[in-house]
Amino acid sequence: MNGTGTMDATPAGGAAMDGGYLLEVENVRKEFPGVVALDNVQLRLKRGSVHALMGENGAGKSTLMKIVAGIYTPDSGSFKLRGEDIKLRGPLDALEHGIAMIHQELNLMAPMTVAENIWIRREPLTRFGFVDHGEMRRKTAELFKRLNIDIDPDVQVGTLTVASRQMVEIAKAVSYESDVLIMDEPTSALTEREVDHLFTIIRALRGQGKGIIYITHKMNELFEIADEFSVFRDGKYIATKLSHEVTRDDIIRMMVGREITQMFPKEEVPIGAVVLSAKGLTLKGVFSDVSFDVRSGEILGIAGLVGSGRSNIAETVFGVTPADAGTIELFGKTVRIDSPSTAMRHGMAFLTEDRKETGCFLLLDIQENTQMAVLQSGYVKNGFVKQKHLSRDSVEISQALRVKTPDMAEPIINLSGGNQQKVLIARWLLTKPKILILDEPTRGIDVGAKAEIHRLISKLAGQGVAVIMISSEMPEVLGMSDRIMVVHEGRVTGFLDRAEASQVKIMELASH
Amino acid sequence: MSTNEIAGSANVIGSKKRLPPEVSILGVLIGIAIVFEILGWIFVGDSFLANKQRLSIIILQVSVIGIIAVGVTQVIITAGVDLSSGSIVGLSAMVAASLAQTSANPRAVYPTLTDISPIWAILAGLGVGLLAGIVNGSLIARTKIPPFIATLGMMVSARGLAKWYTLGQPVALLDDSFTWFGKSFNIFGFPLPLPVIVFLLVAVICHIALTYTRYGKFTYAIGANPQAARVSGINIGGHLIKVYAVAGLLSGLAGVMTAARAASGQPGMGVAYELDAIAAAVIGGTSLSGGVGRITGTVIGTIILGVLTSGFTFLKVGAYYQEIIKGIIIVSAVIIDQHRQNKRKKA
Ligand SMILES: Nc1ncnc2c1ncn2[C@@H]1O[C@H](COP(=O)(O)OP(=O)(O)OP(=O)(O)O)[C@@H](O)[C@H]1O
Ligand SMILES: [Mg+2]
Repeated sequence: MNGTGTMDATPAGGAAMDGGYLLEVENVRKEFPGVVALDNVQLRLKRGSVHALMGENGAGKSTLMKIVAGIYTPDSGSFKLRGEDIKLRGPLDALEHGIAMIHQELNLMAPMTVAENIWIRREPLTRFGFVDHGEMRRKTAELFKRLNIDIDPDVQVGTLTVASRQMVEIAKAVSYESDVLIMDEPTSALTEREVDHLFTIIRALRGQGKGIIYITHKMNELFEIADEFSVFRDGKYIATKLSHEVTRDDIIRMMVGREITQMFPKEEVPIGAVVLSAKGLTLKGVFSDVSFDVRSGEILGIAGLVGSGRSNIAETVFGVTPADAGTIELFGKTVRIDSPSTAMRHGMAFLTEDRKETGCFLLLDIQENTQMAVLQSGYVKNGFVKQKHLSRDSVEISQALRVKTPDMAEPIINLSGGNQQKVLIARWLLTKPKILILDEPTRGIDVGAKAEIHRLISKLAGQGVAVIMISSEMPEVLGMSDRIMVVHEGRVTGFLDRAEASQVKIMELASH
Repeated sequence: MSTNEIAGSANVIGSKKRLPPEVSILGVLIGIAIVFEILGWIFVGDSFLANKQRLSIIILQVSVIGIIAVGVTQVIITAGVDLSSGSIVGLSAMVAASLAQTSANPRAVYPTLTDISPIWAILAGLGVGLLAGIVNGSLIARTKIPPFIATLGMMVSARGLAKWYTLGQPVALLDDSFTWFGKSFNIFGFPLPLPVIVFLLVAVICHIALTYTRYGKFTYAIGANPQAARVSGINIGGHLIKVYAVAGLLSGLAGVMTAARAASGQPGMGVAYELDAIAAAVIGGTSLSGGVGRITGTVIGTIILGVLTSGFTFLKVGAYYQEIIKGIIIVSAVIIDQHRQNKRKKA
């Protein structure tokens, strides 16, 4: 371990003084059927630095990282680690060479405990070859203490929030003590507080001379944590720059190849009658006495820290976990919403937070994924699916959302994370909802498409749809909402109007 | 802006031609048939394939298993399993036979219900299967016990019921109008048994249902990701009951066919059929972890099983060896198929 203090203070660039790069990738090419995911790209990672990868959805960032982590074999290209040529035979091989990766999608085993997940394949054993659970717990506690993470090592991962799971993934990756640590959109499910926490961890690792590759779509993070960054566009390498040399607009231009005018194109629309009214909703042990109204044309933002119950409230409103107490009124009538299908019958739609667990049908193709929800209510005659009609409308909506794929018959698992997210949004838009609940709608979506989706949400509100939007991204909540409901530890702590809302006010309500 | 975005019109869909997954398993079938043909000329001095009689027997043998396998495939696509098919065949055969006896039988099960229209026997056989299927499905949907356990219970109980029904006695002397359903017809000089036609009909209907109807889409969705299916508004419990009911109904149909062909009902009918049916589905590319599978594959898988049995008999391989080799071939076929699929996925 190097002296943390001095390394930490070293700005970008200077860190590579000890000569050479930690990791050098040259001329990497990777083709998938119908797509050139990477076209002779390069990447050089310095010791003790954070290197961000930027690019639109489907630009090839995750693919490149999977190659570095030994998951894909490139079609061609060279690969140097600590100055030596190497060829990785698989993810295990990569780990042994000191390369660990946090994937874009969570990869934990829900029925196993936090400790079991972290030490899988490396479980401490007793003399007799049994797993030493005590030792495992101790090591986990130690790791968590070092990283300042407050999660019980013995709880089942399945019971944790998405954000806590993400922290477990981070701890697991750190526990490999590897030299190269790849993080593929680690903050897409985190709120500011955890993001700060993660950055503290990253800075400490950088201080120890490790190289961190950091993929993100969030510009502010780039300036906050990255020393340098590389931009990719449509599978091609564009440039590598120091992050303090450029502006936000420079990067966007490099990424997109065009200007993006307005980030939060919120339109002023007339707000109508109350469409959904929740009164005293309670889910034992999770949240209690939650009351709010949403009007037609209104965008109600829900803000709060991770674990505050934001997503749980949305799940209850949609009938995923029916309420223990309280009522929901839709269009003035009290309705008992006991399942998602009931909610959908009343015109609700719900984009969930975790696209792998509750969103995608990973085995099915894009078309099937797009159409699955609308089949409840339309495009079916005598039990038969009106496929032609449905396919045409699906393609139309996918184009509007700029889903990047050669073919609707492509399995959705082959899409980049951001493009999967767009397919899920398309799935719900196809149902023409009257009440649209969005949980982290732009999770993993690039700047260009994000503006597109915001425009779409605005347009829907303009057509009289009532929108409930949960987001961990302050600018998104502030930019899009007419009103913001702040939740703290399962209770509503206040409402803020668009005019009075500010980051500071939200944080006050979210954490007192 | 990118050339990769979906092109401007709907006709892009399906533009990229892919080989259907059945092609590889069809290759396995053809390979096995050729091997038997060659071995036939070497060891028996006769052709394996150029024998109408034998081909007719193969397809007859496979048709009963095939009818069951078509139902089981749907169950497996939902990430479930049905172990009760064989026992339902036995029970439904007994019940159907008991309503198809002639008055010539002095010890008919229902002396007052002899010489009646075969419709009643058929409906009763189907009804028994449907009911058993609904019980399976409801148990799974309502109590959330694993399908393996629910259908294991049904497997044991239905077999018991089949034996209890006549206290273990076979039901004999069935009416010709009923046994007609197990007969063969000459079509273009080829003896085609009626069960085969029923099998093909069932396969076509279920293929269409799985591919083009909402029922089919939901079946795949539940197997692919039950949580996402629920959030998409699919009533999982209700749908599972339908799927298990279909599987039960088809087992009942297989039971009726079996009784008609054998011109009797015996409590031991259909023992271990569920295993052949599951094997046929899996050989045909249906994934036991759910979300993947097609009826066309299952049909080919069923035929592979039939060809194996018939080929071994043709080569006069001893019964013990037959079973040993059959087991090995089933596993190998699945390994080869999965390997190929994985390769394609990784590209
Ligand atoms: N296994 C695969 N099979 C086929 N195509 C793939 C596969 N994996 C990725 N692709 C394609 O390669 C391209 C690059 O995908 P990649 O996941 O690297 O994008 P990304 O830059 O990480 O995007 P995002 O920001 O959305 O996560 C995309 O067009 C994607 O559809
Ligand atoms: Mg990605």
